[in-house]
Amino acid sequence: MSIIPDKPPFKLLDILYKKEFILLIVLISILIINSNLTPYFLDLYNLIDSTFLFSEKAIIALTMTFVIIARHIDLSVASIIAVSSCVLGYTTSLGYDTWIVLLLTLFSGALCGAFNGAIITKFAISSIIVTIGTMSLFRGLTYSFLEDSYYNKFPKLVTNLGSGYLFGYIPYAFLTFILLAFVFAFILHKTSVGKKIYSIGNNPDAAQYTGIAVDRYTFVLFTLNGLFSAIAAIFLSGRLSSVRPNIAFGWELEIITMVVLGGVYIYGGSGSILGVVISIFILGMLSFGLGLLNIPGVGIIIFTGLLLILSIGFPSFVRTLRRKNE
Amino acid sequence: MKKFLLNRDFILFVIICIGLISVGFANPLFITPSSISDVLTDTSILIILALSQMIVILIRAIDLSVASNLALSGMLISLLSTVHPELPVYYFIALSCIIGTILGVLNGVSIAILKVPFIVTTLGTMSIYRGLIYFVSDGKQVYSSEFSENFLALIHFKFLSLSFLFWIAVAVFIIIYILLNHTRFGRNLYSLGGNPDAAKYIGINENKYIILAYSISGLFAGLCGYLWVARYSVASTQIAIGFELTVISACVVGGISVMGGVGTVLGCLLGALLIGLIRNALPAVDISQFWQLAISGAIILLAIIINTKTEQRKEKTVMVQE
Repeated sequence: MSIIPDKPPFKLLDILYKKEFILLIVLISILIINSNLTPYFLDLYNLIDSTFLFSEKAIIALTMTFVIIARHIDLSVASIIAVSSCVLGYTTSLGYDTWIVLLLTLFSGALCGAFNGAIITKFAISSIIVTIGTMSLFRGLTYSFLEDSYYNKFPKLVTNLGSGYLFGYIPYAFLTFILLAFVFAFILHKTSVGKKIYSIGNNPDAAQYTGIAVDRYTFVLFTLNGLFSAIAAIFLSGRLSSVRPNIAFGWELEIITMVVLGGVYIYGGSGSILGVVISIFILGMLSFGLGLLNIPGVGIIIFTGLLLILSIGFPSFVRTLRRKNE
Repeated sequence: MKKFLLNRDFILFVIICIGLISVGFANPLFITPSSISDVLTDTSILIILALSQMIVILIRAIDLSVASNLALSGMLISLLSTVHPELPVYYFIALSCIIGTILGVLNGVSIAILKVPFIVTTLGTMSIYRGLIYFVSDGKQVYSSEFSENFLALIHFKFLSLSFLFWIAVAVFIIIYILLNHTRFGRNLYSLGGNPDAAKYIGINENKYIILAYSISGLFAGLCGYLWVARYSVASTQIAIGFELTVISACVVGGISVMGGVGTVLGCLLGALLIGLIRNALPAVDISQFWQLAISGAIILLAIIINTKTEQRKEKTVMVQE
């Protein structure tokens, strides 16, 4: 009788074929190329400040990873940021206490996410089309509320969080992202909750039959995604110290790119937090480097789009070719 | 008779009429012939894009890049018209269509050959195409004074006091109606959307149809690129931003199922007309333009919920009958 081990035996060569390893090599080569191209890249302060460019998106990318692994997608995150920062500005203007302001902001984000989750699970509609709808609904609500005005007064704490440093070195947003990344990696890879999310993504029907409350998981994941969008909204409003209805426009694309480039399969069921974290650094360092080289933001947008398509298209193209040869 | 009255398209038609009459009560100026002709002109581009988006939605996909495609092809021909004002207008229209088709084919190839999911592909090309506009134009606008007379020649043409744009939309409607209802191509599209596996077994080449559907979507996006730029006499990086959502909401309201294989061309037309009516009626009844986005979002959600509910009910009754 042969014994089937729980885990395949550890081989050093296997690491080389891992997506995370390839991503790491890409990241290191970007760092090397960047530091050769411009002397300002390897400056410690510059590098620390460059994290401001991606920390807020990275926070949402963590929950988005969960959502995509569970075979869903959420296109409304950027619009939820708009709603939450609008709530933040409005409640501040009413003169509420800072803690109440923060609580209401977080609540508004979670509420938007729960709205997504409720419609997706109650009516069994695909999350793409629901969040396309709520993407314009949420953004539209902020437009109709703010019209062409804006908020520029926020509690001191929020401004500090958005642009301040812990011990004068580590930006709060970046710190939050790193801490949350550990928590999420633990949940996804070491707990039964994580296992269940993978199995929902692999086969929702089978997961349902094994007794996983698929709808409840979906609802919670979307609520969480909304809540994290609100957290990002707090950091972002604090950093920009002005909120207009078009805040964070187009971020949903960048966040999904972070997740998908990190090796999370867009149809659910596979992916890791480590991969997503590395891909966040790849994209962050790339746009930071391109920015230092005076390449305009548009170039970065085009590059992100290309990277997104090629990162999925190339491996699957190679797979098809190989299958044809066999 | 009862079946006819409960027909989805008929109900939509009744809703449009009721909407038109009630807006008319609030603001009688809105239902004068000239105003209605304006609404039709204004909705023409939406009609064309909704009909071509329908082809993509029928095979269970979505093309989010249409608005960027429109803006890019519009910008390219506008730049050409500033350099070569002497070229005839047909040249610009043809070129715009060709550019749009190429951009559409790129989408199709990425989805069918590279196997990149449609949502990733079209989200990606949405920003790539939009970004390319900045590159070709250096972020500058092409203003109305810079367009040649040739370029704008056709847009003021009127027939039966209805505009050129509207007649183009009518032509596109007829073409797509025949294409979907009276050709093998149309039937195969419906069967691919209804049941992709079964369609593959009876020998329908899925990849070919994906590429064709996206090239048609691109072709009409290119056509609308010319129409949009000529109608508003401005080409900039910002034109038609977010318009893809309006197009999708028109399709969804028109009863095109995002699960694929379900929906009529007439329904799609009525959906676009209803959305166009709402967009134009808001200012007439003194609702701020800022509400437009929220309202179209709410309409997408409402329509999709109603669609799914009726589909689920149909499935139940079919099971009971068996």
